[in-house]
Amino acid sequence: MWDYSDKVKEHFFQPRNAGPLEGANGVGDVGSISCGDALRLMLKVEPDTDIILDAHFQTFGCGSAIASSSALTEMIKGKTLDEALKVSNQDIADYLDGLPPEKMHCSVMGREALQAAVANYRGEAWSDDHEEGALVCKCFAIDAVMIEDTIRANNLSSVQDVTNYTKAGGGCSSCHEGIEEILVKVMAERGETFKPGAGTKEEAAPSGMTNLQRIRKIEAVLESVRPQLQRDHGDIELVDVDGKTIYVNMTGACSGCQMEALTLQGIQQKLMEELKEFIKIVPTKAGALTRASCHP
Amino acid sequence: MTGIYFDNNATTRVDPVVVEAMLPYFTEQFGNPSSMHSFGNKVGLAIKKARMQVQELLGAEHDSEIIFTSCGTESDSTAILSALKAQPERKEIITTTVEHPAILTLCAYLEKEGYKVHYLKVDGKGRLDLDEYRRRLTDQVAVVSAMWANNETGTFFPVVEMAELANAAGAMFHTDAVQAVGKVPLNLKDTKIDMLSVSGHKLHAPKGIGVLYLKRGTRFRPLLRGGHQERGRRAGTENTTSIVGLGKAAEMAMEAMAYENTEVKRLRDKLEAGILAKVPRSFVTGNPDDRLPNTSNIAFEFIEGEAILLLLNKFGIAASSGSACTSGSLEPSHVMRAMGIPYTAAHGTVRFSLSRYSTEAEVDRVIAVVPEIIAQLRKLSPYWDGDGPKEEAFAPTYA
Repeated sequence: MWDYSDKVKEHFFQPRNAGPLEGANGVGDVGSISCGDALRLMLKVEPDTDIILDAHFQTFGCGSAIASSSALTEMIKGKTLDEALKVSNQDIADYLDGLPPEKMHCSVMGREALQAAVANYRGEAWSDDHEEGALVCKCFAIDAVMIEDTIRANNLSSVQDVTNYTKAGGGCSSCHEGIEEILVKVMAERGETFKPGAGTKEEAAPSGMTNLQRIRKIEAVLESVRPQLQRDHGDIELVDVDGKTIYVNMTGACSGCQMEALTLQGIQQKLMEELKEFIKIVPTKAGALTRASCHP
Repeated sequence: MTGIYFDNNATTRVDPVVVEAMLPYFTEQFGNPSSMHSFGNKVGLAIKKARMQVQELLGAEHDSEIIFTSCGTESDSTAILSALKAQPERKEIITTTVEHPAILTLCAYLEKEGYKVHYLKVDGKGRLDLDEYRRRLTDQVAVVSAMWANNETGTFFPVVEMAELANAAGAMFHTDAVQAVGKVPLNLKDTKIDMLSVSGHKLHAPKGIGVLYLKRGTRFRPLLRGGHQERGRRAGTENTTSIVGLGKAAEMAMEAMAYENTEVKRLRDKLEAGILAKVPRSFVTGNPDDRLPNTSNIAFEFIEGEAILLLLNKFGIAASSGSACTSGSLEPSHVMRAMGIPYTAAHGTVRFSLSRYSTEAEVDRVIAVVPEIIAQLRKLSPYWDGDGPKEEAFAPTYA
């Protein structure tokens, strides 16, 4: 069973605005029965003001698809069409207190239905740029199509490249084999052969930065998170940088805190985003400012 | 235990008698069965007893044909990889399109490693075409792997006959029998089945214990190498408590098999008939005339399986669905696809799998609740209008 938020369950078990809408003047139908998700969004728009007076939905799909549809209708009622179009799929997910990564496509469908319904109201043709791809990286909800496109557009040739450009593979690493398969396929299109070890040596060196620049960047990231840690009576110090491994000391209340691993995970993610490379953050023993203390 | 548990093909509750049999092996009977002292010896004898209990359930000729593993998946992988290594001159595998991912994922990997895999198709009821099987069965085939009973529909494959044909062609025959063991009488000594996989938690033993049956004389290459446990065929200290539990569960399954095939089957049939009578546009998938006595896979058109499960769960009813959204993929169950079940129904399948603990009152309750749930979801569906599918087809933009 998925770990749905209470809000998702609430909107699934008691969906708002379900069923046909009398007098709808903007209708958006998206999805596909073959994909297992389809949504009809119906809008009643006040022509003089462009304000959405009412919104209803009918959804064929799973719990999060129904909940996303219900949430969307609640979010857009009372908004003008232009205001409504600013609602992103992330906004829908946030409204529901989050969706599992594998279910983010449900919120995307809501967003697309909204675009289709507005286009229908305005008498415009709407065509989606939707490409259904299997979810490859479940940690960051990245699908095969996005990975393929990114590899093509940037001539990527290693898993680390893909992680740097898309985040895919930067989490639990269970999708690395899947990413390699995509690399094999896309690289074959351009007449190249995927080499599993390729890029590793290059990647081990700082990407486009001198060591000093890289360390400064790491320090800047750590500086940015320190105020929050200090508020909690803790702190973090950089101990050493060894290739892809960044050694830190967690001090004060942060050292040995139950949430230490989670804090480090967040900092690691922030560092990866800033450095645009795959790194690992390793805590040394509290109070001992040497990385050797990690390897007694 | 509260709630109605109709998801026994996923896993079963551990029988309290099984738990009782296991308990001493967590505490006073803690010796390593490989040790020479009496602490180890007692545990070694318990494993020997469990091996014989499993041997009896499978109808194996020798207790040495039973290899304890960690799960059905390990048994499946060991069987297929061993068969390929034992016959390196043969580079082909035959399996079916409706196998469990434990087989299909492995076969997909082996294809990348250079093996040719033949996937036998099934018909609308999930049955194999044995003529197609005969055509594919050449002297290049190292191993055939076909499940005894399908985990989603319960449909049986004629594995005994298939094993005879494989044997005649010089190929090894493996069957993933995790759903069938304990529900179907087995007499492996009279068959040509070389290897068979069992999973403990499907027959009221704990999770994390499995069996690979390996017919005496079958060439074998271990997956795990190391110590001499399991005669060197599966190294690693034995999962003693679970092995004892599986032995007890095997003994109990022998006793309960008649009940499974009469009373459990009657309850299953009542459940199925009750639901179908009350829910329009629903049907049973698989082969209703030849399937597991406890399994009913029902397709409800124009709604999606996960949504059904969530509502069932709200009523305290546990079942299972092959719908895409329960797995995180976008495709519905590969079994439904292989049988040619249309998308309008394939996404809305629900599997009810009973056990010897299921009761008449539970069946009555599910029959009462399911029609209500289906009606509720169909009210939300853009494909449904009142009493049936919309006449004017709902045609979304990227259908």
